[in-house]
Amino acid sequence: MTDETLYSLQKVSKGFVKGKEKITIFDGLDMSIEKGDFLAIMGPSGSGKTTLLNMLGGVDQPTGGEVWFDGSRVDKLSEGNLAKWRANNIGFIFQFYNLMPMLNAAKNVELPLLLTNLNSKQRKKSVEAALELVGLSDRAKHMTNEMSGGQQQRVAIARAIVSDPKLLLCDEPTGDLDRATADEILEMLQLLNREFGKTIVMVTHDPAAAKYAKRTLHLDKGEFVEKDLVA
Amino acid sequence: MNGVLTLLKWVFRIITAPVWVPFWILWKLGEVTGLNAVIEAIAMSTGFYVVYKNLTRKPLRLSLTMLAIFVAFTIYGTLTAFQNAFDAGVELSADDRLVSVNKINFTQPLPISYVNRVRPMEGVASVTHLNWFGGYYQDPQNVIVTFAVDEGSFFDVYGEDLVMSEEAKAAWLGNRQGLIVGESIARLNGWEVGQRIPLNSNIFSQQDGSSDWDFDIVGIYTGSDPQIDTNSIYFHYKYFNETQSFGGNFIGFMAIKTEDPDLNEAVIKQVDDLFANSPFETETVPEKVFNKGFIEQIGNIRLILSSVVLAAFFIILVIVGNSMVLAVRERTSEIGVLKTLGFTSPRIFRMVLGESFLLSIMSGSLGMLAAMGMIGVVNNAPIQLPTLIMTPDLAIEAFTYMALLGFITGIIPAVNALRLNIITALSRN
Repeated sequence: MTDETLYSLQKVSKGFVKGKEKITIFDGLDMSIEKGDFLAIMGPSGSGKTTLLNMLGGVDQPTGGEVWFDGSRVDKLSEGNLAKWRANNIGFIFQFYNLMPMLNAAKNVELPLLLTNLNSKQRKKSVEAALELVGLSDRAKHMTNEMSGGQQQRVAIARAIVSDPKLLLCDEPTGDLDRATADEILEMLQLLNREFGKTIVMVTHDPAAAKYAKRTLHLDKGEFVEKDLVA
Repeated sequence: MNGVLTLLKWVFRIITAPVWVPFWILWKLGEVTGLNAVIEAIAMSTGFYVVYKNLTRKPLRLSLTMLAIFVAFTIYGTLTAFQNAFDAGVELSADDRLVSVNKINFTQPLPISYVNRVRPMEGVASVTHLNWFGGYYQDPQNVIVTFAVDEGSFFDVYGEDLVMSEEAKAAWLGNRQGLIVGESIARLNGWEVGQRIPLNSNIFSQQDGSSDWDFDIVGIYTGSDPQIDTNSIYFHYKYFNETQSFGGNFIGFMAIKTEDPDLNEAVIKQVDDLFANSPFETETVPEKVFNKGFIEQIGNIRLILSSVVLAAFFIILVIVGNSMVLAVRERTSEIGVLKTLGFTSPRIFRMVLGESFLLSIMSGSLGMLAAMGMIGVVNNAPIQLPTLIMTPDLAIEAFTYMALLGFITGIIPAVNALRLNIITALSRN
């Protein structure tokens, strides 16, 4: 683990019991993500991609091993501290956007900032900047259900970056979009990575999407089968 | 079909315009002045905005749920005001006032001579006597609570409760046919001072065979407390006694004011002992006890009213509880997203509970406002009823019930949200 390492998973295991059967997803998984990386994780269904993403996002805890983030161990954090850690460090982008339908675009983007100490003026400024970055300044007051899928995903990206997290986790971010829109979203993620230095981990089934990442890891049956495929 | 729906929407908007137009004007003013943005920012900071938006996201469901709570609190507010008014008859009874009636039954008379035998007793401050007249005005259905009283001592005993000017009292004492009327009954019948009115009795008749007596209204009294009933009227016993065809020199009951409530027991004993083993034995009780017994003769009003209120609350508990569980269950994945973003479980718990509190308090407050309206209508209705009041105690009690309702209906979905696992929640997307 170097100073440039943002995330490190050491001998991580994860399993659960289903009925009388013990199912193991990961058994001694090692993984390292450098700061400024744009990593795509691919693999067949059931390979453990989403579980891995959930563990990276602190929404699921490993049953063994150690998880280090930016020099701090996070797998032992309590639920409350883990929530605070997520709010401070992680931005999430989901396949189905997961926006709050009763809030307009600006209010959706503002949500993570409610967990900070920013006052309303500072929040407003941050929201405007995030929406401008994703090209939706003119749609700030629009309800999200009045927007196209691509626009909704851009709102979701704005929400993910508004609090300036160190890591963006994307779960099939283009899975619900047509090719052209998907490319727009992926270019945006690439921009965030290149221009703003955001570390991004993206789970995808789509090889075309993975090409936007700096490197791709293939996961199968809980193990990385081929590493650093794309440089 | 769409045309009919549009028409219905507009009819609904026009009917409910008095309710929403003021809010609409306030909203527009807020937009122009920029106040709305400030309020919105504060609401967002506190999380209230999200709670409010969640609550109002399904207007039809919200309207129906609010209607259920609104109706329940309107019923609660109105019926409890009724109950309080009945209770006030007992609670406002003076502690130092006793009522002495015939031991057989309070409808049986007592000899008027008893009054002078009670007056000099130790501990008795003053004593007066009253006789039920069985009066009605113009129509036998329009029964008026009418008493023939000893005008000279009446205010000595009841002067602290019934307030009237000294001029009116003097006018009453100076006019044998003088009648003093309570402000409620005067308003109900359109009576004014100086008016001469006939009153009939459904019990007594005059010596000439008629059952109607003429009176001059000389004063209108009010209650020292707003809940003191002012539906009664009083006239001179002498006028009654001299003109009635039977039952002369008998009275209905004695009202005794003691020098100190601590002396009540002693006075009661003296009075009842004095008339023991006579043809007209007395039963003397504190006025509170007498009034309570009298009201209980109508039935257990408290039980009846409480049962109606309880039934209403039980129904809304089921309706609102179900509605809240459903509303939160529908938002499972959204709760999962909020938790993913870093909203802690206790914060989500507070937000869900806050939603049910807001629903309950908004609808309940509107219900209590409607109850105030109902009380106003009842107080001004042309029927003889005790004066209903929305007391601060009743309002506080209502808010307590609103909070309780909010808590009970919100606690299960709030705990579910608190315990909701993020992975499970997101998988329901």
